[in-house]
Amino acid sequence: MKLITAIIKPFKLEDVRNALTKADIKGMTVSEVQGYGRQSGHTEVYRGAEYQTSFVPKLKIEVVVSDDAALDIVDEIVAAAKTDKIGDGKVWVVNVEELVRVRTNERGNDAL
Amino acid sequence: MHYNSGDTAWILASSALVLFMTPGLAFFYGGMVRSKNVLGMLMQNYVVIGIVSIVWVFLTYTLSFGTDWGGSGIIGTLHFFGLAHMNQTVPGYTGAAAQTIPPLVFVVFQMMFAVITPALITGSTADRLRFGPFVVFVVIWSIVVYAPIAHWVFSPTGWLFKLGAEDFAGGTVVHINAGAAGLAVATVIGKRRGWPKEPMPPHNVPFVLLGAGMLWFGWFGFNAGSALGANVLSANAFVNTNTATAAALLGWILVEKIKGGKSTTLGAASGAVAGLVAITPACGFVNLEGATVIGFAAGIVCALAISLKFKLGLDDALDVGGVHFVGGILGALLIGLFGTSAIGGVNGLFYGGGASLLFHQFIAVVASALYSFVMSYIIAKIIDKTMGLRIKDDEELEGMDTALHAESAYEFGSSLLRGFSGAGGGGHISSRVDLNEEIVEVHKKAGEIN
Repeated sequence: MKLITAIIKPFKLEDVRNALTKADIKGMTVSEVQGYGRQSGHTEVYRGAEYQTSFVPKLKIEVVVSDDAALDIVDEIVAAAKTDKIGDGKVWVVNVEELVRVRTNERGNDAL
Repeated sequence: MHYNSGDTAWILASSALVLFMTPGLAFFYGGMVRSKNVLGMLMQNYVVIGIVSIVWVFLTYTLSFGTDWGGSGIIGTLHFFGLAHMNQTVPGYTGAAAQTIPPLVFVVFQMMFAVITPALITGSTADRLRFGPFVVFVVIWSIVVYAPIAHWVFSPTGWLFKLGAEDFAGGTVVHINAGAAGLAVATVIGKRRGWPKEPMPPHNVPFVLLGAGMLWFGWFGFNAGSALGANVLSANAFVNTNTATAAALLGWILVEKIKGGKSTTLGAASGAVAGLVAITPACGFVNLEGATVIGFAAGIVCALAISLKFKLGLDDALDVGGVHFVGGILGALLIGLFGTSAIGGVNGLFYGGGASLLFHQFIAVVASALYSFVMSYIIAKIIDKTMGLRIKDDEELEGMDTALHAESAYEFGSSLLRGFSGAGGGGHISSRVDLNEEIVEVHKKAGEIN
């Protein structure tokens, strides 16, 4: 199994969720995160005082999928999250040693 | 005694309008502070309503508007102490200036001015005053600073009034006074930790605009009510107030644009308040042209003046100096140029009155600014030395809301973890005590190690 983690622009959540639903992914975890990459923050001005905000709000999506589906799903997420502008985010994949469904104690791919 | 019911009704309504300005100010300021200090700011403004309402009816009304003490025009006597002798007319209002409203209505209208003035100070000292010592400061300041200046300028028996200085609704008494006092107290207590390096952006800009709107609304009572009647003069004051405020709003956002930035909502709100401040002393003495120029000038000058604090290294947190002190001075002095007897008062320089009105305005500005700054400095210094006026460093870091008032303004964010209060993980009320005991334990242990 693979854990796919995607950092995306917040307004792209709906598109990504639709893409994952189409790819038959049955659940996801979303968190609000802040960070920066090539897209640095923005400047805010209050009564002439300038504040540089270095962290940009993003959403982090996490899904665990079967090994053979992983790369296709990565493609789906990338396609859905893409705006071709700087700050679109990142997607990465890591191996998952074990997965347990808490309610039934099912293991591995059965717990997906 | 026969009173004019129309005048009386308008001044009663105006009194309520002016009271509404202080909650407006609370939100105007409250939106500009960081989220951990918003309740502290709101509380300072609300407690001022409580304190001054009581002090005024018993003591400071008679000091401000009582029979002049010794004929020197410095302070009133205790003749109206505790609102005694309310069947007698307010001293000095005779002849053409005779009041057409019951004295009690005048008392309550003027009370609201006495309320908002110390409330204005809290913008300079935002985020770092202890609550109890602040309460003491407001009581003493109302008696020692507000009452004398109100007597000098507003009472027809006051020395600045008799000199010929003009202040229709409180440019000197309210705005220069509060501005100078704010700068003085901010000097005594020092700057906020981290200022100016650490960012301290407003936590709720919509609150600032909401508060500015409440101020604008209430200000019609402040200015048009100061005609003490429902008549042509109050109509002039009303129109001048709105015109100047609109011009100042545009002036401020124009400065932002010209300086290479974007026009901001905070700038629009600040400009409106700057215009309201500047037209306050002038609204019953100038015509439409005068009001437009005063307002536009206030928007531009105050937008530039707010950067002075960085050069001076003085943490006037929410720009009471830049907006109220500078705006008040600007309005008071421009009466000397734009004053016209066609509206009220005497002619200024541009209307054939020569420079004498300007000179009287100058004296009133210097006298009220100097007296307010020096006395406020002394009062703050004494309270600081005896009680301690500034909150402790860890309280300042934690924020006034929880440190001083045991409340927090916003109950979202970490709400899932809210029930976990440390020992045992129980979210029930008694665990609060356990937690405190635990903290004491930790402190003790830390002490042992040290």
